[in-house]
Amino acid sequence: MQEFLASLVSVAFHGVAYGMILYVISVGLSVTMGLMGFANLAHGVFAMAGGYILTTSLDHWGLPFPAALAVAFVLVAAGSVVLERLLYARLYAAGELAQVLFTIGLIFMATAIARLIYGTLQQPVHLPEGMKGQFDLLGRDFPAYRVFIILFGAALVAGLWFGVERTRFGAMVRAAVDNRAMAQSIGIDTQKLFMATFALGSGLAGLGGALGAEIIAIQPSYPFEHLVYFLIVVAVGGLGTLRGPFVAALVIGIADTACKYWVPQFGAFLIYVATILLLLWRPAGLFGRTA
Amino acid sequence: MRHNGSYSASPRIGLLEWLPWAIGVAAFFLMPEYLSLGARILIFILYALSLDLVVGYAGIVTLGHSAFFGLGAYAAGILSARFGVADPALQLLVAMTACALMGLATGAVILRTRGLTLLMLTLAIASILLEVANKATSITGGADGLSGIVVAPILGLFRFDLFGKTAYWLCLAVLFVGWWVTRRLIYSPFGASLVGIRENHVRMVAIGSPVPRRLLTAYTISAVLAGVAGALLTQTNQFVGLNVLSFESSGELLVMLILGGVGRIYGAFIGPVVYMIAQDMLAKQFPEYWSLGIGLLLVIIVLFARDGILGIIDRLVALTRKEAR
Amino acid sequence: MTAVLQTRGLCKRFGALTVADNIDFTLEAGARHALIGPNGAGKTTFVNLLTGRLSPSAGTVVLGGEDVTRLSQQERIRRGLGRTFQINSLFRGLSVVDNVSLAVAERRGVSGRLFRPASQLSEVRDEAMELLRSLGMADDAQVVIANLAYGKQRLVEIAITLAMKPRVLLLDEPAAGVPSLETHRILDVLDALPAEIGILIIEHDMDLVFRFAKRITILVNGATLLEGTPEEIAADPRVREVYLGERHE
Ligand SMILES: Nc1ncnc2c1ncn2[C@@H]1O[C@H](COP(=O)(O)OP(=O)(O)O)[C@@H](O)[C@H]1O
Ligand SMILES: [Mg+2]
Repeated sequence: MQEFLASLVSVAFHGVAYGMILYVISVGLSVTMGLMGFANLAHGVFAMAGGYILTTSLDHWGLPFPAALAVAFVLVAAGSVVLERLLYARLYAAGELAQVLFTIGLIFMATAIARLIYGTLQQPVHLPEGMKGQFDLLGRDFPAYRVFIILFGAALVAGLWFGVERTRFGAMVRAAVDNRAMAQSIGIDTQKLFMATFALGSGLAGLGGALGAEIIAIQPSYPFEHLVYFLIVVAVGGLGTLRGPFVAALVIGIADTACKYWVPQFGAFLIYVATILLLLWRPAGLFGRTA
Repeated sequence: MRHNGSYSASPRIGLLEWLPWAIGVAAFFLMPEYLSLGARILIFILYALSLDLVVGYAGIVTLGHSAFFGLGAYAAGILSARFGVADPALQLLVAMTACALMGLATGAVILRTRGLTLLMLTLAIASILLEVANKATSITGGADGLSGIVVAPILGLFRFDLFGKTAYWLCLAVLFVGWWVTRRLIYSPFGASLVGIRENHVRMVAIGSPVPRRLLTAYTISAVLAGVAGALLTQTNQFVGLNVLSFESSGELLVMLILGGVGRIYGAFIGPVVYMIAQDMLAKQFPEYWSLGIGLLLVIIVLFARDGILGIIDRLVALTRKEAR
Repeated sequence: MTAVLQTRGLCKRFGALTVADNIDFTLEAGARHALIGPNGAGKTTFVNLLTGRLSPSAGTVVLGGEDVTRLSQQERIRRGLGRTFQINSLFRGLSVVDNVSLAVAERRGVSGRLFRPASQLSEVRDEAMELLRSLGMADDAQVVIANLAYGKQRLVEIAITLAMKPRVLLLDEPAAGVPSLETHRILDVLDALPAEIGILIIEHDMDLVFRFAKRITILVNGATLLEGTPEEIAADPRVREVYLGERHE
């Protein structure tokens, strides 16, 4: 019994940390899909890029850890704006198939570039000394870095939600998600709004990829391998919401950790089945609005 | 060159449409050292054709078509390796049945959805099969792949030889049947209504068309065709690897199809030919540059030539006609 | 006179917004009935409720004496209910005659055939051509919709619906977006429709409404304000208020 409780706590802990990462990576995808209706399968590319930027800044540029995180966010956000203006923007009206193929093309390219620069091995993450140890709580050990992830993630989520609820930018995003034509007619520059939202969402993905580099290993097949999970978070949570993917990410983070711990022979099978059942019950996800 | 079945389109098979078959037969005699590549190309043409039916004609965007290809491949392989059934016709038949059931069961539930949800569901179903194939090692061989597959001579007469001659003819013959069936479907009233659904889903419902049933029929037929392709792959390779079920496999197939041209029948022929020959020449030596090039090509196609190689040819033909005048 | 289409206490709410408010409405056989009202009054929603594209929050829809409230769009279509869309809803990549043929084949119940070539069903195409000829559109039969002038697209919109041989026809702003010089063609088509079809037309062009309709219902904020003959409507002070009020906004 004691043993079981202990493993329960441990699964919950690691699950929440994993869920936080999933959320930070996926939230941008939910918002951009809700806002622009763009099926961006290449979202994981931004997360992977964030991870590579983190390891590079730590190992080669000698940046301290927090600065490396910030650089990951900024560079990925900036890069995504270039992509958005040059490429994505041409396909907003192009239909699902074109968007899907285009973003698969981006994945192929990103994968190849990652392999050319970094090789196929996964990138080691050299955490700062203070985060390497274990945290002692109620007689159990918790890896300090995961505690940091949870706290940092929670702060980020709070900031994000506050920002979207309270700022002018947030109000415009919400208006445009609700009804784009209406938003345009009251003078919101949707093109700029798309760009800013895309940058923020991609930047967050980069940050999430960097933050989670120790949990979701950074290697070239990252965007293909983890796409299903990012999409599950978005589809289960519902498009265009902040809360939906949060709940979905935590549930999936915990469920996935639990499955791998208790029934490893099933792998991700149960998660996929649960996702299918949920989407059949609620095609628009938990918090999405049914059309 | 577009093949849109409709009430005013003549279903006559044009002279040009025999060209692929002439090439297919000629290739056997002219390039005997490339027969195994040739057989793989034929298999992928069938696979791409099945995808064209759902994506190009019915307008269902799926990321999980590898589910059916893989299921067909594993059904044939398991039947032989685990149950000792070596008869190739029976293997094909079982693969078709399995895929028909799978197509019906999954299609019935997922085709009610659209957009991201549908994408997600197709991907999730393929992922489930991949996960099952990966974990059920005692049946599927897991990550090591399934070996020990035996294929008896076709009709008791034609033995599968080392050079892949029999396999090549088998693939060519099966593809021919698959092509004939698909073409027939596309030119039928059913095919015309699929195009209607692709063009305007809402209006099709509003003119009283049983849209969900039509889509389910198309999806199931396509599943069967993909399953046949998968089973053929098993028979020619006498091995099944996990990669037949992977998302990359579905993605690659989409690439081949759009490369040739979507919704045109023969795009599914040209795409795999070009892609796989290029892959054979380049991918081994320069794997990174290969996928970089594919990615770049895909982006360029989507941005500038969305109707693929055949679309470009169409436009060139139209241009020269204008010039000639 | 018999009612072919009737609603009783029809309500539709989108969240807090009531778009159909307890509508009792009757369409007689062979009627030429117009439904008018300001933008956002709920006219299109009402049509969607009739066709089953939307399901009502409360109330019933009766078609030809049968309660069809729970029936699907498809089942209502089979019972003779046809509609056109306010915003063109056509098969843009197909030719005009192919557009109409799809509907003809659906009505004839031959559209699900898997193997026989569609073009061998010459009766489908012949009927489609005949219909186009009667609408004065034979010359455009081979034109792909995307290359067709907007006014003509509106006619195709009507043609597709007529191909279903409806007993009741719901026309949602058939002349919307058509240059006023061309509306007479739409009116010609409407005038030539078989007398036994019951027609409900939604239209903003008052000339067209008063020339075509024998009966008019006014919808405001989802509720019927008034119903009567064109003369009664024209004379009613509340009507002017509604329309003048709208203009002030
Ligand atoms: N699906 C929907 N969800 C929410 N509100 C809707 C929906 N469809 C229509 N409405 C609202 O219902 C009202 C009536 O719309 P509509 O029936 O199109 O009016 P009309 O055709 O008379 O101009 C409008 O305020 C519109 O915004
Ligand atoms: Mg309207």
